[in-house]
Amino acid sequence: MTTTTSARPDHRQNRNTETTRLLLVSALLVLILAILPTVLYLTGHTFWLDIFTRLVILAIAAVGLNLILGLGGMVSFGHAAYIGLGAYAVGIPAYHSTYGGMDAIATYNGFFHLALALTVSALFALVTGIISLRTRGVNFIMITMAFAQMMYYAIVSLETYGGDDGLTIDVRSEFPIISLDDPLTLYAVSFISLIIIVFLVHRISNSRFGLTLQGARSNEERMLAIGVNCYKYQLAAFVMSGVICGYAGFLLGNFTTFISPEMMDWTRSGEIMIMVILGGATFLWGPVIGAIVFIILEYVLSEVTVYWHLPFGLLLIFSVLFLRNGLASVLQRSHSQAGKGQ
Amino acid sequence: MEFSLLLIQLLNGLQLGILLFLLSAGLTLTFGIMDFVNLAHGALYMLGAFFCASLTLYTGSFILAILLALPLTALAGYLLEKLVVQHLYDRNHLDHVLATFGLILCIDTIVHIIWGPQGIAIPLPAWLSGQVELFDGVVLPSYRLLIIGVGLLAAAGLYVLVNHTRLGMLIRAGASNRKMVGALGVDITALFSGVFALGAALAGLAGMLIAPITEASIGMGSDIIITTFVVIIIGGIGSMKGAFLAALLVGLIDTFGRSFLDDFFKLLMSTEAAETAAPAVSAMLIYILMAIILAFRPQGLFPPLSR
Repeated sequence: MTTTTSARPDHRQNRNTETTRLLLVSALLVLILAILPTVLYLTGHTFWLDIFTRLVILAIAAVGLNLILGLGGMVSFGHAAYIGLGAYAVGIPAYHSTYGGMDAIATYNGFFHLALALTVSALFALVTGIISLRTRGVNFIMITMAFAQMMYYAIVSLETYGGDDGLTIDVRSEFPIISLDDPLTLYAVSFISLIIIVFLVHRISNSRFGLTLQGARSNEERMLAIGVNCYKYQLAAFVMSGVICGYAGFLLGNFTTFISPEMMDWTRSGEIMIMVILGGATFLWGPVIGAIVFIILEYVLSEVTVYWHLPFGLLLIFSVLFLRNGLASVLQRSHSQAGKGQ
Repeated sequence: MEFSLLLIQLLNGLQLGILLFLLSAGLTLTFGIMDFVNLAHGALYMLGAFFCASLTLYTGSFILAILLALPLTALAGYLLEKLVVQHLYDRNHLDHVLATFGLILCIDTIVHIIWGPQGIAIPLPAWLSGQVELFDGVVLPSYRLLIIGVGLLAAAGLYVLVNHTRLGMLIRAGASNRKMVGALGVDITALFSGVFALGAALAGLAGMLIAPITEASIGMGSDIIITTFVVIIIGGIGSMKGAFLAALLVGLIDTFGRSFLDDFFKLLMSTEAAETAAPAVSAMLIYILMAIILAFRPQGLFPPLSR
């Protein structure tokens, strides 16, 4: 009796300090991402702005993946496909505006590119989701991977758009007022998008929809027993997640101005997944932390040695073996509940 | 003429199917018994090819090289299992995927360091690089026939091993209830290591057989592993019979799609449209097949009954 009454406030206080700590980390993260690249760029370190832009764009994709992976327990291994689709939604209309042909979609208009990117990724997610979500566990991992690979081969065989060699985007998406040709503007757009998307994902995970997804993750049969058909909720989340990654692809296409099927390769999907898991799938900002660590590590290691994949792979293996819930778990001491897959 | 082309493509399809079976057998065994998802299985296929390439150049005999490379690949698999994989059995599939992804990065880089970035071609002995005339006008490269022969032999050996030996009985028992097998006094750890090494050797054999046709190159494993996954998903994960039939199905459909789809499309649409659409569709054909099969049977064609 006494133990329960004394334990409860203590527990609550633990949670409170933990929430404060997480809030502090989040605020710090936002502040760093807002100030550091800008300062570096203005002091002449333009290269670092490139690194940070790529990092923020991939963080958007990782947050998108985490919506189904962390929240819904759906381990999709094919999310690079959406990035590729989003990027080609910029590249193909731009290509036709420059070289003619396909008048219906030939435009530099950014709103058209954006709408195309989001629609195509939503459709691809819907069609593949309808089939993939009928499977569970390891079949789901593999079927999402196979669908992404299917898209990869489809793009490779499109000789018009460069096939294997890829496609150069000569003109970036055009918007009124702002110009994506300015690196700082592009970074600002990506950064603000990241903040908005993290906020949206936060709202989604605490909504009834998000709770249903979490319920489906922990016990789908029980959800069915209380009268919830998880399938349509999972499908909706799958589509949302695909759309977010398609948006990241739209930004990435505008950032790199060179797109190729290689960006949809299954190893790319693996990298986004690594970002999510490395950072911690249970923590809202986990994927962002994961993307930061991943990109910075990739850059630093590749500066040191051309064989940087070796230490990188070893780090990955060690982090799986010894760091069970990602880097964010270091911040969440008392939290034992993990965002495990199925 | 038309008939001989058909026959040649049939044998090409069979050859691809046999190679896919050698790869998927190991994958499906590891998954069926240990519930372990191994993305690095393709890396063992690549290792087999590189071992064989080096040994062929060193010993001067392709056959001898295969005989030496087989235990070497098995040893590599065994070490991999002992060092990393063994510690992951009680984790979830996501951890398996991430750790074996890390393994791919490591193995690819190590191969890059040892053998360099270029691929290595394997010269075939004269008696294998010729052609065989089956009957009038139908000429086939003898090496492709050898691949089919060796692959079928390996499949038969595997069938006997799994269904008619004590070890096979333990493997099947482990697949249906590994805790019970452990409780009955079987050294489950050793069984797991052995099965993993066996799967590695089979994947390595596939790599050794294909290397003289393509060449041993970095990335050859990453390319084929996805197709292998498609095979074991279609066949039903954990089922040896499913893996065999699905491998042949995928091999044949992929080969026939690539060689005959444009002719077929020309019946339906203009020549120009057919020539644009056919390569794209034929590259996607096996995935479309997988999607259709899974839409009706989410557990694959021959799911193992005990799981």
